Amino acid sequence: MSVLTDAITSALGTDIQFDKRQYPSSVICCTVPVEKFAEAAWVLKKKAFALLAAEWASDETPFGRGFCVFACYRWGKEYLIVRSELPSDNPQFPSLTRRYIPAYRFERQIQSLMGITPAGHPDARPWIKFEDWPAGAWPLRKSFDASKPLPRVAGEYEWIKAEGEGVYEIPVGPVHAGIIEPGHFRFQAVGEDIINLEERLGYVHKGIEKKFEALSWQDGARLAGRVSGDTTVAHAIAYCMALETMTDCNVPERANWLRAIFLERERIANHLGDIGAICNDAAFAFMLYQMSRLREIVLRTNHKLFGHRFMMDKVIPGGAAVDIDSEGKKEILSELDSISKDFEKLVIIYDESPSLEDRVRDTGILRPELARELCVVGIAARASGLNLDCRIFNPFPPYDQYDLIELGVPVLITGDVHARTWVRIQEVRESIRIIRYMLENLPDGEITSSFTPPSPDMSGFAAVEGWRGEIIYWLQAGPKGEINRCMVRDPSSVNWLGLEQAIPGNIVPDFPLCNKSFNQSYSGHDL
Amino acid sequence: MILYPFIIEILQLLIILALAPVFAGWIKMLKCWSQGRTSPGLFQPYRDIIKLFSKDVVIAGNASWIFRFTPYLVFGVAVLAGGIVPMLSVDLPLAATADVIALVALFAIARFFTALAGMDIGTAFGGMGSSREMTIASLAEPAMLMAIFTVSLASKSTSLSEMVQVIYSGLSVFRPSLAFALLAFILITLAETGRIPVDNPATHLELTMIHEAMILEYSGRHLALLEWAGMMKLFLFVMLGVAVFAPWGIEASGDFAAIPAAFLFMILKLAAAGAGLVLIETGLAKMRLFRLTEFLGSAFLLATLGMLSYFILE
Repeated sequence: MSVLTDAITSALGTDIQFDKRQYPSSVICCTVPVEKFAEAAWVLKKKAFALLAAEWASDETPFGRGFCVFACYRWGKEYLIVRSELPSDNPQFPSLTRRYIPAYRFERQIQSLMGITPAGHPDARPWIKFEDWPAGAWPLRKSFDASKPLPRVAGEYEWIKAEGEGVYEIPVGPVHAGIIEPGHFRFQAVGEDIINLEERLGYVHKGIEKKFEALSWQDGARLAGRVSGDTTVAHAIAYCMALETMTDCNVPERANWLRAIFLERERIANHLGDIGAICNDAAFAFMLYQMSRLREIVLRTNHKLFGHRFMMDKVIPGGAAVDIDSEGKKEILSELDSISKDFEKLVIIYDESPSLEDRVRDTGILRPELARELCVVGIAARASGLNLDCRIFNPFPPYDQYDLIELGVPVLITGDVHARTWVRIQEVRESIRIIRYMLENLPDGEITSSFTPPSPDMSGFAAVEGWRGEIIYWLQAGPKGEINRCMVRDPSSVNWLGLEQAIPGNIVPDFPLCNKSFNQSYSGHDL
Repeated sequence: MILYPFIIEILQLLIILALAPVFAGWIKMLKCWSQGRTSPGLFQPYRDIIKLFSKDVVIAGNASWIFRFTPYLVFGVAVLAGGIVPMLSVDLPLAATADVIALVALFAIARFFTALAGMDIGTAFGGMGSSREMTIASLAEPAMLMAIFTVSLASKSTSLSEMVQVIYSGLSVFRPSLAFALLAFILITLAETGRIPVDNPATHLELTMIHEAMILEYSGRHLALLEWAGMMKLFLFVMLGVAVFAPWGIEASGDFAAIPAAFLFMILKLAAAGAGLVLIETGLAKMRLFRLTEFLGSAFLLATLGMLSYFILE
């Protein structure tokens, strides 16, 4: 038994049933009556200090059932999924928002896309789905036909308003200057001081979760690799791992190590780009160009060795699509040598520029207690004192061999822009170190194994530490063994709230810097 | 020769119109090099201006005459100021009619109208830029006057021609008051011309902009004029600094033959000033908006120290 299951069994007793269709077996899934759904959350929060990792719903009408709502909790190494079955008519469940803040958006999303009402939710506005959709169009329901165009109806989104002398609003976006994704930010400010920031996302809603349901398991891996282009490797690994847990697929050791090498290379490339971009938002352009140069070296090596700059489609169900030969190994090692040499020089410049330091320190602070309340993950969590990293706390292979790989994870407590930058700097160093180790000790053997589709009504779960943070996939096989539901939880889904809460109290011209230090994915959030 | 001052005046105007973009190109070129990039060359600003002139103007439906009028006014002010600041020769007819206080006032008019134009359309960014610009103005303009007055005290005149002449003739004397005034002037130049660490002329982030936020709604020839005027303003500030604090090589004898040498000196001084500016801009991040008060406060303090040291030491 574990802390989470102990807490929930002692509180709810015979009301809970353990679900045997959930894989891997280390992730426990239990069914509670729907009226106990919020109580379970309260117990887990108060007794086990669990964090909410995700909340989602699935349409189980193909099985002859109604709907299902799920909440996934995390405590240390453990994940616990609490599940409640809902009738197909007028489905409702008690809202968790008053217990767990991140449920605020998960539940608006469930309401908008699945048409299930979170009873007691303080905010009935749609999320991701826009107000110009016709009433009763719930895209994630099985009854929704995604191939037909929808009529557009009139509707208006109600923004949070601020009133008073000298309060003014600054609407920014959804189309921004520069080449970034679309999202709308609305600031209420007095002079230069921001009193509130409200985000509005959903401009890149593409119906990815719906699209999964029309794909084969193999093609699903390719779509997962396109959920957020800069995190293609981590998303593909998370999807493949969730799938592999359901089928007795034994991924060869070498393939696991190759996946980890791809994952760390992705982390290095993105962190390098981010560190440069953060400095550039403080008008320190030198760092941007130098960091971009280093990032470009990584990407070009990827292209040369693996055939794609971002290693898209190089992780496939059952293994990896490309191998590294001894030439490739030498190439990567020499590339890492030259990068780490230049990188260390640039870190010194970053660290010893007082004008830059003045900008990044004490800007955009996400306090540790707030970070915990908001259940943020990844870089944002580790910069705010939350020691969370799936590579350590839910180690997926090969990170489960921690006595060999000995991964070190930086945790800072200041929660400001500098902390988020410094976490990235440390992670680049650590990734370079472990790639070197993994290349030297790469196990021999095959890189793919045969893969059989899962049996009906099974579900698989995986959490992978991408460069932004923990990515969660939850897959459910339908009655014919097809994909019935694929839930994608990009780290951005929770961390966008972290940004929103870190901003009030800062001044307007500091927002781009704070935003860049979080650098969330719009695509991964909007899905 | 009676025509001589007028020829100089026309030459000056040509120089500022033609050389200001080259100077901006020079700064960009050095900046590229300092960041390890290839540069688009000295003449890129010309290409940008030509490109903008060949584009259509898009104006918001609710724009008033202020919005349309401002680019011409700002451009006109820059050209007029170009006739006041001695570059090649101290023999400038316009310099006799407008002194350094008038020069500061001219820039203030251009700024006033730019700020109005920023608010005219009613977008949040424009108003934000205008409010920030006026904050800077209220601190930079007094500091600028103080710095210039320090020089005026030394030369007993507020006419730029005379100031330059006096300083030029007393070349060998090093005055501590001028050193303080020069430091103040450099800080003010960075603020007035919107350079790092005060403003970032290359940014695309609207929320951080100061000067750019005010002219965000401009396009086509309006934007071309504003950009060009911006380059001229930078050029003029550098020329003003050069004329007042380092007038060596400027022609003061009324002799045509000395003009080419003066031109050569001017180019060298511009090149050096550009290099200095790039050193500052590459080595510094942009400061937090509210640090500006300290930055410009210290400019004012330096200028005041200059004035004090004039009375105490000289």
